[in-house]
Amino acid sequence: MSKGRGDKAAEIRRLMATEGPAIEENTKGFNRKRQEAVADLENYEELRDRAREIKEDAIDRLPELIDRLREAVEDNGGHLYVADDAADANRYIRDVAAENDAERMVKSKSMTTEELEVNDALAEDGVDVVETDLGEWVVQLADETPSHLIAPAIHRSQESIAELFETVFDPADPPQTANELTSFAREKLGERIRDADIGMTGANFVTADSGTMAIVTSEGNARKCAVTPDTHIAVTGVEKVVPSTDELSPFLELLARSGTGQALTAYVSLLTPPVDSPTVDFDDDETPLSERDSDRDFHLVLIDNGRMAMREDDQLRETLYCIRCGQCSNSCANFQHVGGHAFGGETYSGGIGTGWEAGIEGLDTAAEFNDFCTGCSRCVNGCPTKIDIPWINTVVRDRVNRGKEPEGYDFLVEGLTPDEEPGGLDLDKRLFGNFETLAKLGSATAPVSNWLADTGAARWALERVAGVDARRDLPEFQRETLVEWFGNRVSTVSDPTREVVLYPDVYTNHVQVERGKAAVRVLEALGVSVRVPAVRSSGRAPLSQGMIATAEDHAHDVYGSLAEYIDAGRDVVVIEPSDLAMFDGEYERFLPEASAERLGEHSYEIMEYVYGLLENGADADALRAGDGDEVAYHAHCQQRTLGLEAHTVAVLEDLGYDVLTSDVECCGMAGSFGYKDTYYELSMDVGDDLAEQFSTPETRDRTVVASGTSCLEQLDALLSRPSTHPVELIAP
Amino acid sequence: MATTTTNPTLSTFEAALDDLGVESTRTTVEDFATTLDGIVRDPAVGVSLPFDVEYPDSVTVDPTPADLERAATGVTPASYGVANYGSVLLPSTDDGAELVSLYPKLHVPVLRASDVLPDLPEALDRFGDAARAEDLSAIVATGPSATADMGKLVLGAHGPEAVHVVMLDE
Repeated sequence: MSKGRGDKAAEIRRLMATEGPAIEENTKGFNRKRQEAVADLENYEELRDRAREIKEDAIDRLPELIDRLREAVEDNGGHLYVADDAADANRYIRDVAAENDAERMVKSKSMTTEELEVNDALAEDGVDVVETDLGEWVVQLADETPSHLIAPAIHRSQESIAELFETVFDPADPPQTANELTSFAREKLGERIRDADIGMTGANFVTADSGTMAIVTSEGNARKCAVTPDTHIAVTGVEKVVPSTDELSPFLELLARSGTGQALTAYVSLLTPPVDSPTVDFDDDETPLSERDSDRDFHLVLIDNGRMAMREDDQLRETLYCIRCGQCSNSCANFQHVGGHAFGGETYSGGIGTGWEAGIEGLDTAAEFNDFCTGCSRCVNGCPTKIDIPWINTVVRDRVNRGKEPEGYDFLVEGLTPDEEPGGLDLDKRLFGNFETLAKLGSATAPVSNWLADTGAARWALERVAGVDARRDLPEFQRETLVEWFGNRVSTVSDPTREVVLYPDVYTNHVQVERGKAAVRVLEALGVSVRVPAVRSSGRAPLSQGMIATAEDHAHDVYGSLAEYIDAGRDVVVIEPSDLAMFDGEYERFLPEASAERLGEHSYEIMEYVYGLLENGADADALRAGDGDEVAYHAHCQQRTLGLEAHTVAVLEDLGYDVLTSDVECCGMAGSFGYKDTYYELSMDVGDDLAEQFSTPETRDRTVVASGTSCLEQLDALLSRPSTHPVELIAP
Repeated sequence: MATTTTNPTLSTFEAALDDLGVESTRTTVEDFATTLDGIVRDPAVGVSLPFDVEYPDSVTVDPTPADLERAATGVTPASYGVANYGSVLLPSTDDGAELVSLYPKLHVPVLRASDVLPDLPEALDRFGDAARAEDLSAIVATGPSATADMGKLVLGAHGPEAVHVVMLDE
């Protein structure tokens, strides 16, 4: 087990060093442009809703739409073939190539054909297959696989492409600049396109009403591949069928924006093949184009390869709504540092890659990179079809867990595995997933437990057995929990303006007890009556490990404990953003709709709640004023997804603090992720951006403030000065 | 039919083209040949236009494939403009409009000023009717071809490196 982890850590280290820098620069660039491009679009949310609605409907009616499409394509004079799997599709394509005595095929970029490995299949018949998308051609020349859904060579720098061209072609005057490299490629590929017998493209969308395919490119190579040779084979997944041309525009308006931040790519080909364009032989200096014939052959190959089964799968179905824009890769902090060669499977990479690989290749392939998704939810607001990508990753993790045979060391964690979860669960997952049990034990036996956990022997064992990296500081359990502390004191509020339940998340209750006490003092200072009852943990920890049944069990208990307070008119105030995100999001999947809504509606993040109190006339003088104190604030990923960052900033500024906010994607810690020895270095590498931002001459003397437990732990590891929760800053 | 310069859709279109680095020129039926003559780079080829205009002598109309390969400019009709994106909708025709718009380094789409539509849904709506009825194929072209795969944004990948839109007042 540990050898596997070590190999993976080494591979991550290698990719961070070699491909990471180019990937980080490029994905962050896409991401920045996306945010600008989306801000320009007045009806952005409307378009996302519409796109989602069309996809839900199309996948629901897929068999019927495929029938209509067949009719339209055949009426036009083309052929439609629905292939069961890769072998079936490749057999059909090889037959078409053989019938045409094809020696060369030119291709425009298509992930679906990567899935088929059609190039290899054709090569077996001696067909020379040439990729014509410049990035894909680079990948082909280097004998690599694409590292990103839409930017296959994103991991390569200009210099490395120049070296590659020089090695492969040994040109007299080697191209160096981006312009020279582009003209070199255009010339080489131009020759190959004009000599090709068959052109192959993907299709981003296919409309059932007219048999029209929408192919989105910037370079124009898909246009050349589709109309230069007289035979065109288009290959795409069955899920790309939409009812009609009327449904194309939301997708076209969202696709490029979400991926690269362009409003529209240079070309959207709307081909209703066979196309009318005359066939072309560039040596012909006699026949005008209008007199040349346009006898063209067209084949549309739709591949199932697991998609129809995904359609029947209540959890994986959403994956089919993916329009392959790559946004979930660009916005992912882990992807930015390792790219699709680590964060990817046989074909698909990035956040949505897990869902695709689970559906197409199987759980084993998905398991290889599923852990890279930390559930931070930064990709959620950017997905053009509103797919809950972290949830899909959690479901896949759960299924991977369940598919495993029990491993050794069971005696070590006896009592740590609830009945809902399978015995084969990885030990590290079981350990982190049952953090609540550990925390209880830790507090009960503190400080001995802390001392014991910190001994060299214990750290060695933890790393060796459970993969907890020895370089990480472990949480220090407090002997007196927040609930115990609260139970031993008398409320200072006699005539409350509001009444709340402060949710004692497991960290606040057992480890960061001070931030809990600060929250109580702040709320009471503002005239709020507070209660801190013992409530089970939200289930975030088991959920992160893919232990869905356990997480669901927690959800029922938490709701059961809190419902009575809500009924009595109390608001629920939550300190830990990742727990609020559970209440607001995942609980919808675990509780009856009315219960989830009720809890969601009455739950507030602590600083959001303080903001509301101050807005409604509470006396800000009761809190500790900033008097111009300079702070550097890092919001939590899920808090930002929920749109709650602004409240903290507003409260701090109102109280006279001078706030500077981090603009990095993530702290890198992401719950248990940064504790695991496989991912420790990646976690620190991601965190470096945050450390850098908080170490500049302008920021290095500022008090560091962060909302999430993980963020605080990571900041403590990254910086030499301590960090604190905003509520501790303002507590009287 | 002549449209005034204050037409907001046209101004949006012109501004969008400008943002894309695409030049645009408005002209009349009478001035078309002279205007086009000033825009094209030699050698130029073109396909017949569904407007009541004459090509200048500098443009070889209905070229052979070899003419096309030598050409520096391709002139083709556009069915619509899409104002907010600065896109033009290029129909594929049996006299090779798709090839003429794609292979030369400069592409000059010609459209009626009155055929500039406000947005993409409207253009696709009209395209859809033609796709269902006549198997029409078309390209929504927005600016010149481009790539960022070689380390920086480069204009002119497989397709044209420049576009000059001519709008005709009929």
